[in-house]
Amino acid sequence: MSRHVVATAHEIPEGGRKLVMVRGRPIAIFNLKGEYYGMLNRCPHQGGPMCEGLITGLREAKQPGEYVYSRAGEILRCPWHGWEFDIRTGQSYIDPGKTFVRTYPVEAMAGESVVKGPYVAETIPVSVEEDYLVVEM
Amino acid sequence: MNEIRSQASPDVAASSKVGVGDGDIHPARKGPKDFHPWLARRWQDHIEQYGSPGRQGWQAGPAYPKSQPNASRRDAYPPEGGRPGSSLEFMQAQHLDTNNIELGVLNPLGSGQGVMNAELSAALCHATNEWQLAEWTSKDNRLRASVVVPYEDPVASAAEIRRYADNPAFVQVLLLSRTAEPLGSRKYWPIYEAAAEVGMPVGVHAFGYGGNPVTPAGWPSYYIEEMTGHSQCQQAGLTSLVVEGVFERWPSLKMVMIEAGFAWAPSLAWRLDKHWKTLRSETPHLKRLPSEYLRQQVWWTTQPMEEPDNRDNLLDTIEWMGWDRFIFATDYPHWDFDDPAHALPVKASEAQRRAFFIGNARRVYRGCGG
Repeated sequence: MSRHVVATAHEIPEGGRKLVMVRGRPIAIFNLKGEYYGMLNRCPHQGGPMCEGLITGLREAKQPGEYVYSRAGEILRCPWHGWEFDIRTGQSYIDPGKTFVRTYPVEAMAGESVVKGPYVAETIPVSVEEDYLVVEM
Repeated sequence: MNEIRSQASPDVAASSKVGVGDGDIHPARKGPKDFHPWLARRWQDHIEQYGSPGRQGWQAGPAYPKSQPNASRRDAYPPEGGRPGSSLEFMQAQHLDTNNIELGVLNPLGSGQGVMNAELSAALCHATNEWQLAEWTSKDNRLRASVVVPYEDPVASAAEIRRYADNPAFVQVLLLSRTAEPLGSRKYWPIYEAAAEVGMPVGVHAFGYGGNPVTPAGWPSYYIEEMTGHSQCQQAGLTSLVVEGVFERWPSLKMVMIEAGFAWAPSLAWRLDKHWKTLRSETPHLKRLPSEYLRQQVWWTTQPMEEPDNRDNLLDTIEWMGWDRFIFATDYPHWDFDDPAHALPVKASEAQRRAFFIGNARRVYRGCGG
């Protein structure tokens, strides 16, 4: 397990996303209400690029006619076939027990600590003035 | 802005060795004037003043809104703007090159088929055919065109087919599945006669504008019912083709059923055989079991493939139908695209994979090397 500095925090505003490469793997980073989440940019179904999916909410119904809309902005749908995933956990809604997209922890860290390290495979220059996003892989 | 996936998965690399045929690519117009070079001024003005309504009541566009804008992958918008499928350059980069497509068959939609004004329908279909040559097949030799025909005017359709009889860019005739009458109806016979004569298969793509409800039981509530209903529609069309004697009359005729699934085919064949054994005297013009016509004269594009939890069930279905019956298709750039790296998750020999991914397509489509 190593930690990789992948972006400055301000590059991904709330509700935004960015595709980065970590150890050769494409990782989609999302800013969900000020917290950051990383996910493999490959849908477990047929490999659709998750970073380009629609961010939406969750529509549920206990029975026909009783609809509940919740978790606005927390659900990601694959840009190809529309499968729904929880941005925080990668869990799918079509088959939560078995189907999920792989997730990676992302942390926002102050430039001061990032400059000290240790971090590997840094792809961007760091300075003490900025906050950075760090992916653990 | 979209980025091309730069890293092909190992599966893509594996399938890349043999190359991939794609039986269902949808080119789109950049704008409504794209057809004007081949459309008489009379029709340009007509469309502007009266529109080009299809046979489906008071609606413009498809009867059921799609689950994704333009029914397309969200990553398929060309960087220079325009609808998914409207840029050859982006199609090459995102699909043809990346997925190692060696043979791609164009199936234009929204091309005048099903337009109620018969003359306008014919004019638009012809413009679509010329547009395929000028903008697509002449610019990329991996692509082949379909003769789009105004199927509710079969005489005009047959003339359009014969017009391209000697043009190798055209490899099939394209119908949509929702015709006004069942596909085997005598009304449509001039189309099959011309197709058999010029040696092109007749592709039947899901959707269309026949004016009938999208299910035999009326108009359903949900888009998922329309999607599932494509298989019902094609079952009705195939049943009609068999029992009206179309396959019997033109033994060299090939049909390609496009984008309606295929796992229902064995059950349709068994049911037809069961009934035909007791009802043979009703259709004495049939000389063989209905299933035999289906096995010998029908091919199936694969997308959107059924995905049973137990993949062996899919394998059983493929084996029953025959590995020589399938034409791989992606439906690019549409949202229910099948990726060649993931589309065949069953054990298959090298020969079977080759047939499935390109060999059958080369054999079925006219002049494609098979």
